[in-house]
Amino acid sequence: MAEAIRRFVPDGSTVALGLALEPLIPFAAGHEMIRQGRRELELVGPISDALFDQLIGAGCVRRVTAAWIGNVSEGLGHCYRRACEERIPGSLDIRDHSNFSISLALWAAAWNVPSLPTRALLGSDMLRTNPGLVAAGGLVHVEAVRPDVAIVHVQQADEMGRAHAWGPLGIMEEAGLAAGRVIVTCEELVDADVILGDPNRILFPETKVVAVVHEPGGAHPAPVQGYFKRDHAFYRDYAEQSRSVDGYLAWLERWVMGVPDRAAYLDHVGLASLRVSLHRMSEPVDYGFE
Amino acid sequence: MDSSSYTPQELMVAVAAREIQDGDLVFVGMRLPILAYAVAHNAHAPSARGLFEVGLMRDQPAEGFLGTMGDPPNVAGALWATRMSNVMALMAQGSVDLGFIGGAEVDRFGNLNTSYIGEPAHPTVKLPGSGGGADIAILSRRWVTLMSHERRRLVDRVSFMTSPGYGDGTPHWRKRNGLLGGGPAAIITTMCVLRFPELGGEAYLASVHPGHTVEEVRAETGWDLKLADEVSETPAPTESELGAIRRFDPEGFWTRSA
Repeated sequence: MAEAIRRFVPDGSTVALGLALEPLIPFAAGHEMIRQGRRELELVGPISDALFDQLIGAGCVRRVTAAWIGNVSEGLGHCYRRACEERIPGSLDIRDHSNFSISLALWAAAWNVPSLPTRALLGSDMLRTNPGLVAAGGLVHVEAVRPDVAIVHVQQADEMGRAHAWGPLGIMEEAGLAAGRVIVTCEELVDADVILGDPNRILFPETKVVAVVHEPGGAHPAPVQGYFKRDHAFYRDYAEQSRSVDGYLAWLERWVMGVPDRAAYLDHVGLASLRVSLHRMSEPVDYGFE
Repeated sequence: MDSSSYTPQELMVAVAAREIQDGDLVFVGMRLPILAYAVAHNAHAPSARGLFEVGLMRDQPAEGFLGTMGDPPNVAGALWATRMSNVMALMAQGSVDLGFIGGAEVDRFGNLNTSYIGEPAHPTVKLPGSGGGADIAILSRRWVTLMSHERRRLVDRVSFMTSPGYGDGTPHWRKRNGLLGGGPAAIITTMCVLRFPELGGEAYLASVHPGHTVEEVRAETGWDLKLADEVSETPAPTESELGAIRRFDPEGFWTRSA
């Protein structure tokens, strides 16, 4: 993980993450960005759940291009508020989007066009604050957003970084296609045969993926279908502690700065009760051709 | 289980559930509306389908507790697990009958602010943003918002219109501005239900929740609130509605904590 972040997420990068909304959030990758002291990042996402708030509080972020920044089950993001209201730890540039418009902005970049039109956002004041949303001819033209890198956490990938993800996908696909490169972190690193045996489930072309990191539990406290439940109490605890700067910094020390990697982090989490134990396997499909 | 007492959130969920009609395609969203969909499905709207912008469609409530729409119990047994843009396609086609939006600040014309209190460049309060709210407000056929009834939240005009209702309140504002959907149908608060005239415009007080008065509601509303010809009392949640709420929120995560 440390190498993937060092090589592919330099200071000043535009980074898309948290793309499946509440599930599959690459928290481990985000925490590594904090540990390495990344600065001047632009974060891109739909509804983002707590990870954006943590990166903002750590001073990694210059701009946020997203639909929603906070803590989904708890409400407000306290670090986000402090940055916008009091410039703590620094000021933040906001590019307002809705969920639909950030998806369109990424599809526009994926399809290599300057913008895509929509009937959404007509009449919204987001047209006043985001110069990338332009009303003309009865439509809103959503300017392309091109991330340098998209980071996703998935259930399974192979050594080539071909990723299988299941459950709702949010805006993972358009973000991966729009981004210059993709970092995949996964619960399980499996044989290529497993992945290529079901090519419909592959998320991105392998030509986009520059790194694959085997990082079990890398999405905690976010859920991973078939592997981990959502750790609601962890989000609540983060919301409580991050109310004050000191509380946030103590949280950061315990869960990010004070641990060398994800394995050490997971030693502090009661993972047993979060692990999925009742499995619901789907039927395999037949790719036979002769 | 005591059905003679209930929390304001439980009443709001029951009232929201009654907005869902059988056969509706409901854009559910987050928090209390997740419970409202479950209650409606359990009672009068067994064939209502729920749509979630994370990329899900369901025809029955999830079997387990949901902290968010993307939690694993909401995926198991789904009618469709897909990408967000596919879900948005249905709403862009005008196929969503009813949407729910959480509100931080609302005004007399049903416009919602979930972005900035104060100047956007120097906000006194930075709220989380639109999420799917603006999309629902503009594209769904009708929508409902739920919020705590406080004078600072129900204001004459919002300073920032994240999710447009009836705009400046002039006739046909939505049509003139090209908005596809019909606009807000109701504002459900912790004290009352506000509704809108058929052709849109200004909110009026339709019903007051048990234990509250018209005077109290007007005092806690930031504009001179119009009244329905006959303001009724909001029917309390029934035993069956409360049973469903408490089954889907067993710990009171959404309905019994502050």
